[in-house]
Amino acid sequence: MSAGEIVAGVLILLSAFLSMAAGIGIVRFPDVLTRLHAATKPQVLGLAAVLLAIVLRAPTWGVVTTVVLIMTFQLLTQPMTAHMLGRSAYRTDHVRRDLLIEDDLGRDIAAHADD
Amino acid sequence: MTFLQLISIAAGIMFGIGALAAVVRIIRGPSILDRALATDVLLAIAMCGLGAEMAINRHTDTLVILLVLAMFAVVGSISIARFMAKQDAS
Repeated sequence: MSAGEIVAGVLILLSAFLSMAAGIGIVRFPDVLTRLHAATKPQVLGLAAVLLAIVLRAPTWGVVTTVVLIMTFQLLTQPMTAHMLGRSAYRTDHVRRDLLIEDDLGRDIAAHADD
Repeated sequence: MTFLQLISIAAGIMFGIGALAAVVRIIRGPSILDRALATDVLLAIAMCGLGAEMAINRHTDTLVILLVLAMFAVVGSISIARFMAKQDAS
């Protein structure tokens, strides 16, 4: 049992815990926007932890470059998904308006309604 | 039983709970947006699980699958979101 194994194990456990938290979050939260908030955690931090564990266990340059590519694509594409889903949820009224504290998009739409 | 075997059992249980919860949301989800979101979560959990398996068993055979998933996982959800927006425009 070396130090690298211990660190990799802790990173894997972190990723697994984030995945479990996301699953519980999307079952328990009330509407699309709050579920979106729960869902985006394992997609970035969980994957980053597990990729770091892979690099620690197999430290070659090929693995490092592939891991950097994977993380770059994930960081590019997941915000797009979250943005499109959130916007589409707002436009099609899948939002609990009584739970919103601040409604910036609604204010913008109201301000530009007469244009 | 070694340290990494214990880790893999604990991680497997937690990944399993997360994946089951995502499947429950795919089945129950009131709107198609909830289902798209839960499918994304299920895919993210699958990616984390593949990576964890690679780190535990110390190989890099499925790293390319992670690369392809990270590149193309975005297509499904965005097309669903666009379709919804067009359907309910105006």
